[in-house]
Amino acid sequence: MQNILQISWIIPVLPFLAFACIGLILHRSPKGSAALSILAIGASFILSVLVAIKVFSGNPGQVFEMSFRWLNMPGLNVDMGILIDPLTAVMLIVVTTVALLVQIYSLGYMKGDPGFASYFAYQSVFAGSMLGLVVASNFGQIFVFWELVGMCSYLLIGFWFGRNSAKNAAIKAFVTNRVGDFGFLLGILFLMIVFGTLNYGELAVKIAGYDNMAVLLPIAILLFFGPMGKSAQFPLHVWLPDAMEGPTPVSALIHAATMVAAGVYLIARAFFIFSQVPQALILIAAVGGFTAIFAASIALVQNDIKRILAYSTLSQLGYMVMAMGIGAMTAGMFHLMTHAFFKSLLFLAAGSVIHAMHDEQNIWKMGQLSKKMPVTTWTFVIGALALAGIPPLAGFWSKDEILLGAYAGGYIGLYVLGSLVAFMTAFYMFRLIFTAFFGPNKEGHHAHESSPVMTTPLIILALLSIVAGFVGSPFMNNIFGHFITAPGAVHHEANVSIMVISSLLALAGIFLAWLIYQKEIISAESLRQRFSGIYKVLYHKFYIDEIYAWLGKVFVDGGARLLEWFDLKIINGAVNGLAFFTGWSGHTLRYAEDGQVQTYALYLFAGVAILLITALCAVFAAVV
Amino acid sequence: MIGLNHYLLLATILFGIGVYGVFAKRNAVAILMSIELMLNAVNINFVAINKFIQPGNTVGQLFAIFVIVVAAAEVSVGLALIISIYRQKKSVNLSDFNLMKW
Repeated sequence: MQNILQISWIIPVLPFLAFACIGLILHRSPKGSAALSILAIGASFILSVLVAIKVFSGNPGQVFEMSFRWLNMPGLNVDMGILIDPLTAVMLIVVTTVALLVQIYSLGYMKGDPGFASYFAYQSVFAGSMLGLVVASNFGQIFVFWELVGMCSYLLIGFWFGRNSAKNAAIKAFVTNRVGDFGFLLGILFLMIVFGTLNYGELAVKIAGYDNMAVLLPIAILLFFGPMGKSAQFPLHVWLPDAMEGPTPVSALIHAATMVAAGVYLIARAFFIFSQVPQALILIAAVGGFTAIFAASIALVQNDIKRILAYSTLSQLGYMVMAMGIGAMTAGMFHLMTHAFFKSLLFLAAGSVIHAMHDEQNIWKMGQLSKKMPVTTWTFVIGALALAGIPPLAGFWSKDEILLGAYAGGYIGLYVLGSLVAFMTAFYMFRLIFTAFFGPNKEGHHAHESSPVMTTPLIILALLSIVAGFVGSPFMNNIFGHFITAPGAVHHEANVSIMVISSLLALAGIFLAWLIYQKEIISAESLRQRFSGIYKVLYHKFYIDEIYAWLGKVFVDGGARLLEWFDLKIINGAVNGLAFFTGWSGHTLRYAEDGQVQTYALYLFAGVAILLITALCAVFAAVV
Repeated sequence: MIGLNHYLLLATILFGIGVYGVFAKRNAVAILMSIELMLNAVNINFVAINKFIQPGNTVGQLFAIFVIVVAAAEVSVGLALIISIYRQKKSVNLSDFNLMKW
């Protein structure tokens, strides 16, 4: 069985091959493209399962690594290779499972789209890049694939590029990620300069014995820029909600389950660096915690089904990052895994709803969907329960681990904040459910259940959302935590009272949503009026986009205007001034040319006389 | 006793008169004559220096003859030019020959 690890490099290569085939040969055949793409990711999935079985039947600390030199120049060597350890194995399973299900689902969702073949080509290249990122054995490689998934994200957000909003969202995502990736790249180069290697294993050894905080702290913070952009942490979160302009399966795969989790994965992968720098960990925890509550509060008042889910994703990513920051790396990764399943489920179910509603995304125009779309409704409810953290669903176990980590680690503030976010999460998810699925059908729409090709992935993901949490539960001796750990990562024994409190908070959130939006005992309208100021701020997402637009206007446009002035006045002025001076002197001196030969002769004579006098002076000076 | 300096002084005066004539005269023929004066001043220098500094050598005298030859050619070309200009302008006054200006 050692062989399976030897050939595991095929896992990321297969989707790339599928991409190449679709792009070069099959692009005229939508069915062939889809079939090849699904075949490739399916094969990767099977291989990933085999790899995972191999890894999880071995010792936790076991690492398999192979690589070749890809880039070799003085001062910078980048290898391409694979690194298979339990962390990689988990990510492989998560990515291939969700990607496979999303691609199958896309068969139904994207049916009849003119870009069907290229959609699957993008999906394939994304899957390949994401898998390449996951198995990367060094920072150089992870950066290459990091950028590749960013490019796929750009392509897929702007998939319907005919729509201006989609085009702008794609550009926004790309530009925002540049900010984060720039820091990330600087961090990587810093590592290369200081330690001379980018390989995880070698770096881990070198950094363990390194205690120059003045070097490690900037490295850690620069590296954190990468996750801040990719995992959409405040203040670089603005692109993710707009990324919902892409097709919904894309939102599920890239902007909920896998790519945005890459940032969290990176923190986990580089935990050996972060755990050395307590200040960086505090920063990470603060950013994550703030993002969690910030995004959750925005999600409370949004009306677009995908935007609610997008802010929920932001919030949950904040949760994971916070977990990393408080040292509960295992809990963070655990939440990443469970979140990938239930959030992709929620997005796919939302996509099913949007499909049935003919691209209507406003939850207030839905209603009564439970009668017309039972499978979608109940899978969505399962996903929402899992997200809200209702036991024994997946989200409960992972969210609880994070709260436990915060509480036991002495971060009481973050624990309270996390609990509050859990309450808010339950509330906004069930606000959505009670409105869209169980509320009155005000618009008189005629939704219908989606085809089995779309509902089957929903059912599979719903099952995963139910059971995936058990691998980290005390019932299975926390096998997840046994394998996924890192030096410096803390782990705490399960605490029943925290479980009870978080469950009660989630239930309270659901109950409140039920009171307001189902029974309408508390009027949503009067609440909105009473807190109209807060409502407005939340509805406008704390005006962050407006602030950025303003900053852009003041600094970018202002700078541009300043430079334009400099260019027009100083640069052009110098050039024009020179030309003017030449012209002016020509105009003035031409009066010396009066056409009289005698005048010219006089000039000649004067010139000779001057030369003669100069020469004589020189001679006299030499003599004297 | 007339020495080298007297000859040089004579040549200088002649040359000065020639220069003055070139710059001050308006008549083109007079200017040609002034140029001849300057050339002859130079010739006097050549011959005088040859006689007083290196009497055994005739290079100075040869050069003077050479200059006379060139001067004759020059005057003939100059006069031809003046005649053709005169046919155009009906004048030998240099002030009227101001085509070479801005």
